[in-house]
Amino acid sequence: MAKTLFERVYDRHVVRPMAGAQHQLFIGLHLIHEVTSPHAFQDLRDRGLSIRHPERTFATQDHANPTTSLMRPYADKENEAQVRELERNVEAHGIRYFSPERGEHGVVHVIGPELGLTQPGMTIACGDSHTSTHGAFGAIAFGIGTSQVRDVLATQTLTIEKLKVRRIEITGRLRPGVYAKDVALHLIHIMGAKAGVGFAHEFGGEVVDRFSMEERMTLCNMAIEGGARCGYINPDATTYTYLQGREYAPKGAAWEHAVADWESLRSDPDAAYDDRVVVEGGMIEPMVTWGVSVDQSVPVGGTIPDPDGMEGDARAALADAVSFMGWQPGEPIAGTPIDVAFIGSCTNGRLSDFVAVADLIAGRDLRVAPHVKAIIVPGSQRVRNELVARGLDKVFVAAGFEFREAGCSMCLAINPDRLEGRQVCASSSNRNFKGRQGSPTGRTLLMSPVMVAASAIAGAVADPRVLFGTLH
Amino acid sequence: MTDPSTATDPRRHLVGTALALRGGDIDTDRIIPARFLKGISFAGLGEHVFADERHAMQRQGGVHPLDDPSHRGARILLVNKNFGCGSSREHAPQALRRWGITAVVGESFGEIFAGNCVAIGVPCLRVTADEAARLQEAAEADGARLFAVDLEEKTIRSGNLVVNIELPEGARVQFLGGTWDATSALLEAGDGIERVAARLPYLNGWA
Repeated sequence: MAKTLFERVYDRHVVRPMAGAQHQLFIGLHLIHEVTSPHAFQDLRDRGLSIRHPERTFATQDHANPTTSLMRPYADKENEAQVRELERNVEAHGIRYFSPERGEHGVVHVIGPELGLTQPGMTIACGDSHTSTHGAFGAIAFGIGTSQVRDVLATQTLTIEKLKVRRIEITGRLRPGVYAKDVALHLIHIMGAKAGVGFAHEFGGEVVDRFSMEERMTLCNMAIEGGARCGYINPDATTYTYLQGREYAPKGAAWEHAVADWESLRSDPDAAYDDRVVVEGGMIEPMVTWGVSVDQSVPVGGTIPDPDGMEGDARAALADAVSFMGWQPGEPIAGTPIDVAFIGSCTNGRLSDFVAVADLIAGRDLRVAPHVKAIIVPGSQRVRNELVARGLDKVFVAAGFEFREAGCSMCLAINPDRLEGRQVCASSSNRNFKGRQGSPTGRTLLMSPVMVAASAIAGAVADPRVLFGTLH
Repeated sequence: MTDPSTATDPRRHLVGTALALRGGDIDTDRIIPARFLKGISFAGLGEHVFADERHAMQRQGGVHPLDDPSHRGARILLVNKNFGCGSSREHAPQALRRWGITAVVGESFGEIFAGNCVAIGVPCLRVTADEAARLQEAAEADGARLFAVDLEEKTIRSGNLVVNIELPEGARVQFLGGTWDATSALLEAGDGIERVAARLPYLNGWA
């Protein structure tokens, strides 16, 4: 019978049916970090429970570490305490920990794939909503809360209800200057921030087929912003080429068996989907969010919507966002002055994100506008090392960007990187929620890394196609 | 601080006054801003629930519904669409529960949030947009008005107002049976867990 990858992977991991439409599902890979795990370990201690499969949990620190220096102890006492607690827990339970000291730490959704831990056909859980990122490899990957982190530690399983599957195809070819981030923002704009509730989103079509793994990760990362707990892409040659040779990827004869197995998991051409959406890739513009929900976005050449043209709830939501952000309805978004530019995060903190920016500024007399604080935060120490090895850190610094240590940083401002007051931030991260970047009144404009760079240089929201000239 | 793993209470009836928080897409960053995620325990989170919005309202000389004396002690939270979207932080439901909320009623919920609520014994109950509005109006008009949630017959009643509620059947069974704290139920699978592990190619060397 024709099936989707989601059904195949789900069925393979079912331990037993539970109440209602739920199943107990085996979790093949569990990733933990310092913010959502301490309470779970404490709970296990309180209940006298042990960890069932410590070899299937991997840890790193990402949210709390500062990005100016990784010298311990961290200046922020609470951040230091969070990281210490994680260190104590992984030590006590024999959990593999990717630490700054060993040059291995990074955003959990950057290092999982980098290490080859993330593989097709796995079930992957992590106490972080952007776990959907790992679906780029054809895994079922989703975010969980701390009680569920405890459940995975204690049982290596979770109670889950099978999701419906929506196929989203992006056909044709993207225009120059349009990136995976723009595709994600466009999809969320047209479908809404809650369209994905109850669904897993399967992304496909010519545009996705041509995407690199890092572009696919950007797209799946943002699935949660469209309401879908997980997004995924069927594995193909691009997936296997990326994985082969990575530390935790299968080797030798096992590699051939693995590829054969992964191929067998792909959705059948005649699989039945609960819904289908087709979007023409060539219609997508470089996008930027103007509001406080990720679906509130416009093409960079667009204008702020006028709530007066709307009715009911939509009007109230729009009016609230327009007022919080301090817009005049109808004003163009391009040219809006910015105070801060942030390039990084689990959405856009990978090597290709920074290389794309460096390629555009290297050897040209382009500098960050004097009034803008612009920071480059690599998604992992490996990404950072590679940028340094290529000399790109110098390119960034010469252009006026600060080149930082790896971490989640200003995406959610648990560490010292945060907005002040009403600052406006051009950000390559994933959420524009009120207060998200650390100031209750701060304002976030989400966009691609290349648009962040263009805006940092212009000192105001800028169309990268105009600022950098013709893009590939 | 933690609930014992074997003795969770069945949740069939939940009775209390209610509080309306209007607006769609209220994300978990708004429910509990990230700076309150720096602790290694959930204790004390209750007082910080919606911290930024409450302070902002106060500065403008207004009163946030959570600070409105006529709604003090409310147990049922009445919301609209996609409540609890965004970040997976369990700190959000933990803060609501520690503030005193025992059930959330709205049009729809962020999926991870709703799952986290189940895990700590707080049902998220779906109603239609019209019913959400009627419930909110009733609660706003009278802070002392009592609402009674019945998970067995799937209703919420208040005076002559009767509204049907929806929740995933699995979660309903967990609440009625007192098994919403999943750990012990999951442990019951015993060797069944290892049987799955034994047949997963990626855990067995791809042999």
